[in-house]
Amino acid sequence: MSAISIVLVIIVAFLAGMEGVLDEFQFHQPLVACTLIGLVTGQLEAGIILGGTLQMIALGWANIGAAVAPDAALASVASAIILVLGGQGTSGVSTAIAVAIPLAVAGLFLTMVVRTLSVACVHRMDAAAEKANFKGVELWHIIAIAMQGLRIAIPAGALLFIPATTVQKFLTSMPAWLTDGMAIGGGMVVAVGYAMVINMMATKEVWPFFAIGFCVAALSDLTLIALGAIGVSLALIYLTLSESGGSSGGGGSNTGDPLGDILNNY
Amino acid sequence: MAEKVTLSKKERLSVALRSTFLQGSWNYERMQNGGWAFSIIPAIKKLYKTEEERSAALKRHLEFFNTHPYVASPVIGVTLALEEERANGAEVDDAAIQGVKVGMMGPLAGVGDPVFWFTVRPILGALGASLAMTGNILGPILFFVLWNVIRWGFMWYTQEFGYKAGAKITEDLSGGLLQKVTKGASILGMFILGSLVQRWVSISFQPVVSKVTLSEGAYIDWGKLPEGAKGIQQAFEQYASGLSLTPTKITTLQNNLDSLIPGLVPLLLTLFCMWLLKKNVSPIIIIIALFLVGIGGHLIGLL
Repeated sequence: MSAISIVLVIIVAFLAGMEGVLDEFQFHQPLVACTLIGLVTGQLEAGIILGGTLQMIALGWANIGAAVAPDAALASVASAIILVLGGQGTSGVSTAIAVAIPLAVAGLFLTMVVRTLSVACVHRMDAAAEKANFKGVELWHIIAIAMQGLRIAIPAGALLFIPATTVQKFLTSMPAWLTDGMAIGGGMVVAVGYAMVINMMATKEVWPFFAIGFCVAALSDLTLIALGAIGVSLALIYLTLSESGGSSGGGGSNTGDPLGDILNNY
Repeated sequence: MAEKVTLSKKERLSVALRSTFLQGSWNYERMQNGGWAFSIIPAIKKLYKTEEERSAALKRHLEFFNTHPYVASPVIGVTLALEEERANGAEVDDAAIQGVKVGMMGPLAGVGDPVFWFTVRPILGALGASLAMTGNILGPILFFVLWNVIRWGFMWYTQEFGYKAGAKITEDLSGGLLQKVTKGASILGMFILGSLVQRWVSISFQPVVSKVTLSEGAYIDWGKLPEGAKGIQQAFEQYASGLSLTPTKITTLQNNLDSLIPGLVPLLLTLFCMWLLKKNVSPIIIIIALFLVGIGGHLIGLL
């Protein structure tokens, strides 16, 4: 790998690490991170496919409050590097996915360590605030962000120094039953992410919409955009109807529940 | 009053840009406090001139804060309005400012998480990923561009909204708008999740349930086809008219399940994962277990 590629990979890794905590531009999402690694190493197509496949698994991974989700940043960056070093192109994707999962756990612990170290940074910021030192506050904030970037950039750099032949030997030594089984497992693992999201959102009121979506999706002619349009329409219809139902429910008891009103008036 | 200090659009924009880095120094002690102070520095510089005032302002904004990173924007907007009033001599004490921040962050996080993490990102992510899995570069580009346009539009608009509405915003928001947005997002999210479970969770059971030898004429008799392209054409015609490709009809367990409800097994798997998560089983453990099941199932020929 050329020196320029190495530098660019480390820059992408740094961005992904920063985003792993910032959660703004989404450089840490597999779709973006794997594609960028593929782009800077000249294996764009393999990177895109790995990104798409890993994204499906990581759809439901989100940091809620103080809880930290499996780390998409390290998983996508490191598995993309391994895919590139392995040199198997697009056929190496399912093996790279298998490697990505333990990395997501490792990344989770790394970010927890950095988030603890950041406590020291904010104490420095307190001290700077005491002296109304704006530069000091800014500096320690930037240092904390940089630590999150290094959290991914350092492992990525270390991976690059493993000779490609070692990686290839390791990957080809994996028997077919293992990689095939991993690919089958990968198809099921997607469900975990969805289950996490459903658990956060599900109420009695919105379950029917899940059922509609499930049945409608069996029509393979419908693209995801068409499904999105149906979903938005359903949401708008429901909101409008529940509102008009509430306001026409009789002035006295404005419970927003027309059936309840009818029963009360009965 | 002699002259009123106000925050110009330039400073408000600078605050909004800095709030991109809100979570940079996220820590287990006071969470987003460092990023909050970092974001609001341009406003403090403009509003306060003496060292005591500036130091007090910095310290007041290094207090605990944590919410969804994008819905922090309206809170920042309101805080800017409050700080502006305070700098112009109004009676706004530290407790009032901290009260507004803490009062808004909880309910707003309750909107930001379902809307952004559980609706917009899974939908855009699935859209991009389904394109990317075929090697299409549009997938990642679409995801990245759409997401950042939505994110930045939301952050800038709501910060301005908060700044203009000031402390009144809490009344505006409690008027049912928040609940409506959250409910609409959950409906859309659940609908899309239903379709994602159907389309993208894949399990295929391999065991053969039945093997029926078909009667003559129900399958393509490859030996009787003419040579060359004509034969291929005839074979396609026969296939299209419903003839089987092989003399025996193989039905796998998967075929049986699919004729019941397509995607039934993925649905059951998803419900099982939900149940495990509710029992506080770590998602990592479930993921690793599913990989093991995949390998084991493949070895014994079930999957």
